[in-house]
Amino acid sequence: MTSVAGMRNAERRTRTTEGTKPFDVQRVRADFPILRRQVHGHPLVYLDNAATTQKPQVVLDALTRYYTDINSNVHRGVHNLSELATEAYDGARTKVRRFFNAASDREIVFTRNATEGINLVAFAFIRPTLQPGDEVVISAMEHHSNIVPWQLVCEERGARLRVLPMDDRGELLIDQLDALLTDRTRIVAMSHMSNALGTVNPIDEIVRIAHARGIPVLADGSQAAYHMPVDVQALGVDFYVATGHKLYGPTGIGVLYGREKLLEEMPPFLGGGDMISSVTFEKSTWNALPFKFEAGTPHIEGAIGLGTAIDYITGIGFDAIGAHERDLLEYGTTILESVPTVRLVGTAPRKASILSFVMENVHPHDIGTIVDREGIAIRTGHHCAQPVMDRFCIPATARASLAIYNTRAEIDALGAALRKVHEVFG
Amino acid sequence: MSDLSDLYQEVILDHNRRPRNFRRIDPASHHADGYNPLCGDKLSLTLQVDGGSIADVAFEGSGCAISKASASLMTDAVKGKSVDEARSLFERFHRMVTTPPDLPVEDMGKLSVLAGVREFPVRVKCASLAWHTLKAALDRKAAVSTE
Repeated sequence: MTSVAGMRNAERRTRTTEGTKPFDVQRVRADFPILRRQVHGHPLVYLDNAATTQKPQVVLDALTRYYTDINSNVHRGVHNLSELATEAYDGARTKVRRFFNAASDREIVFTRNATEGINLVAFAFIRPTLQPGDEVVISAMEHHSNIVPWQLVCEERGARLRVLPMDDRGELLIDQLDALLTDRTRIVAMSHMSNALGTVNPIDEIVRIAHARGIPVLADGSQAAYHMPVDVQALGVDFYVATGHKLYGPTGIGVLYGREKLLEEMPPFLGGGDMISSVTFEKSTWNALPFKFEAGTPHIEGAIGLGTAIDYITGIGFDAIGAHERDLLEYGTTILESVPTVRLVGTAPRKASILSFVMENVHPHDIGTIVDREGIAIRTGHHCAQPVMDRFCIPATARASLAIYNTRAEIDALGAALRKVHEVFG
Repeated sequence: MSDLSDLYQEVILDHNRRPRNFRRIDPASHHADGYNPLCGDKLSLTLQVDGGSIADVAFEGSGCAISKASASLMTDAVKGKSVDEARSLFERFHRMVTTPPDLPVEDMGKLSVLAGVREFPVRVKCASLAWHTLKAALDRKAAVSTE
């Protein structure tokens, strides 16, 4: 397994908030109260981070503080609490903007999750002008949330979904991208990192190929955003989506980055309060960016919690996070490959933090149940990426996914539990 | 690990390794496909019903040990039975796997090995998929999903 260093160098930029303290995984673990609990009489070994990550105490405290100190609606009251809540909510947006290095806060729209961000682009950017015969290009490794929204708009308008294939290691065949693009291609939408395989895709290269033909690019950062620094300007993407609950933040809060010029041209996605500047029964006019896309009372504490989570991540720094997670991935690869009949699925040269695997004559669900009794949480199934499973001719995989608080000892525990699985079914 | 060995009893492991009646009846008088979208388990059940009795029954598909063993045990259990008897077995099996683990359940002979699934709520669907598919086939429904 080679590292993702090449990609990281390409994406690295100056960051004033990088952590300065040496990385100590035990100190990090102490920040996450849930890691102290037991499951089935064993210490919890949480290896389902690609589904959602655990939350540090500072994030939990931020949620409590919001409700105990400043709970109020945003952007409407003149009273003190409303001012404080608005300041905290919009302050969180500024943190997100810095985290993704967007040019302006106006380019950061809060959504419920990454899925909603993709839907917003599909319905407000693509659908209004989508013609029969137009094409949307995605990749063979997308999860359902970067497939279904495009299918919905394509089916409605008689447009066509086209798919960039991947090889047996789970690497996209980027060489074939240019040939897939035509003058009917309206957008290229691809994941920055695969949730089922761990593959990290060369978004900057995809952008270069698509932009050469004037085609905009959306990158799905659901998985990438908590493993590596993301600079939307360096990548050159037109849209980037991420979800808060994988960034060690609360559920129900996500982020859509959109290039300001494109967001300006787009009609609203949802209508309601906060997204208007004036309303009469004859006509309403839209609020300025990003509020045009944030109808109704937003997920205020979610945004504040996400801002706190981002402070937490940048306090540790992606240099330390990347080094720690690369070590775990390499160690985990070695340990899993040493278990009889285990075969890794997804072995691209550029991958991060995902160990997807199958075992001979054992269904992943049986693996999941047996390791669960050892207190080990892994995901089993199709990972909301059924076409990926079909591509590898398997019904499902077991998946261990890594985060900042995981340790080599936890990988050892997984290895031992998998040997038990082999004993039961061998 | 005692509860794990309740789930993965030798009979279950054996039926998983060597499923009985693992084939397709063609032509069949009844058939249905069962699908568990959570697991990706797929099961295709075919039956030959003659004069109200199940002359032959077979299944194909992919799934976990519990769903495969349950399908295998079920085909053995309903073969030669009347349709009414099979429906009654469905009801009894369903009651057995959905009764809370601390309460006693009826002895269903060989099928009782699946009572251990009660300790594993998320796996109850795996054990019942074949039975729901059987019911769908007898009711002349083409497909059933456990979600």
